[in-house]
Amino acid sequence: MILTIARREITAMFLSPLAWVILGVVQIILGYVFLAQLDNYFILQPRLLALKNAPGVTDIVIASTFQVAAIILLMIMPLITMRTIAEEKRNKTLTLLISSPLSMTEIVLGKFLGLFLFVFILVSLLMLMPLSLYMGTDLDAGKLFSIYLSMLLLLGSFAAIGLYLSSLTDNQTIAAVSTFGALLMLWIINWLGESVADGQSVMTYLSLLHHYQNMLEGIFDSSDLAYYLILIVTFLVLTIRQLDRERLL
Amino acid sequence: MDSTALVKVENLTRFYQKQCAINQLSFSLGAGEVLGFLGPNGAGKTTTMQIITGNLAPSEGQVSINGFDIIESPRQAKQLIGYLPEHPPVYRDATVDEFLKYCAQLRRLKRAGIATAMAQAKANCGLNDVGHRLIGNLSKGYQQRVGIAQAIIHNPLVVILDEPTIGLDPIQIREIRSLIKTLGEERSVIISSHILSEVQATCDRVLIIREGKLIYNASIESLENQGKELSITVALKQPPGIESLIEIDQVEHVETIDDNRFRLYFNSSSPAESVVKASVEQQWGLYELVPDRASLEDLFIELTRDKPPAGESRESRS
Repeated sequence: MILTIARREITAMFLSPLAWVILGVVQIILGYVFLAQLDNYFILQPRLLALKNAPGVTDIVIASTFQVAAIILLMIMPLITMRTIAEEKRNKTLTLLISSPLSMTEIVLGKFLGLFLFVFILVSLLMLMPLSLYMGTDLDAGKLFSIYLSMLLLLGSFAAIGLYLSSLTDNQTIAAVSTFGALLMLWIINWLGESVADGQSVMTYLSLLHHYQNMLEGIFDSSDLAYYLILIVTFLVLTIRQLDRERLL
Repeated sequence: MDSTALVKVENLTRFYQKQCAINQLSFSLGAGEVLGFLGPNGAGKTTTMQIITGNLAPSEGQVSINGFDIIESPRQAKQLIGYLPEHPPVYRDATVDEFLKYCAQLRRLKRAGIATAMAQAKANCGLNDVGHRLIGNLSKGYQQRVGIAQAIIHNPLVVILDEPTIGLDPIQIREIRSLIKTLGEERSVIISSHILSEVQATCDRVLIIREGKLIYNASIESLENQGKELSITVALKQPPGIESLIEIDQVEHVETIDDNRFRLYFNSSSPAESVVKASVEQQWGLYELVPDRASLEDLFIELTRDKPPAGESRESRS
């Protein structure tokens, strides 16, 4: 049942030009960024040779490309998540799902899975760029995998937050703007934390950036994984509760 | 309330903030019964339907479908219901076939049965020619039909239609009416409508609610036989004086409508036969004889008029 809803969700995304445009735009921008980083690497290469334990191409080119990718997708993800529930509310099609023999959990998980499939397609396409470097050099496969995973987790949590904010309103624009605000807030929340003593405050722990950074560097800490999973589960539960609550209003 | 009722609604009460939309509503519906739900705007028709289908939670009271409580075992209960809300819940970016297939899957139909169910629903709703078209490009009437097809695709025991004939042309209305009749043969159907003649034509029983309270619950038959005074209308080419009409057996008194038409009131049995006989004998030239029926409209206006419903429409709240 969850799969049926997810399939409908992803089909609907690709039926509108939005998904295609987003994939295209992100690919073009990141392609450019990737090229610029590669260029940068060639300039730095002679100096790196002189260093002991110099950072490799994976660190310099790929990690920094995905650093930029995270920022760009932070701006793009709200556009993908905004329609999920808000549009159904506006068009009164949510009734179809609610009147069908489905639980709210199945509906919300189906919607989330649909979004996650899109994220999966998006990130997989982006990964083709670093993989192309295999033609000329050796990459650190472990690090590459860590980057891939961190990107999926990061965008998964973006999707969960966006899904929740989309369930609060029947206006897509409001859903998009509030999602963007929430994501940005979670991104920069550690600015406050850093000024405090040793920088390991609660604020730092809450920051999406902080955990993403760790994984980009290839440090796979289970606390980072837990952070993303908890974030996703929390917002999915909030969404289920929100939809349940609306029947009481 | 009998225990065989398919739909049982008990003491249903629903508040929107402090405003009471439905107040202690109770009724039940047996298998094969078509129930018409009437009421002025804002009476709580849509709210009641939303609660029965699990789209809204009741503030108090219970709804059970074939013994399954809609709150406690929603999955089993919803499996038995097909619901067409006021606005047909259709995806404009899908084709009719895609949409109906999705609906069939949502209702947990077995993979093998989906094609047959789709063909059946499409045939019933006259959608055979538009299967490949985008729903967004269809006219309002066709979208409404897709909405009905969606409600019956899983062969539910109870079909709930909120103003099903809105936006349809007269031919389609007739088709939908006959569809409702067919549905009513083996299933229970609840329809809400503001077209009274439609309810009279399709339903076995009528509920009239006003300001969230049930004020009338009776079968159409008893409604048609009910009436404070019984009368027939006759038209005569060469009318005699009123006196000779009153002299006819059974006739209590006579009302003149125009030069040729008269309304004859009677008490128990109709004087129609005696009127025909007298007309032939005395050459009155009878050319019309119509038994007057209590119409639903009279009853509806009588029941809902004395106090104007308070506040604006609750119907639009969803």
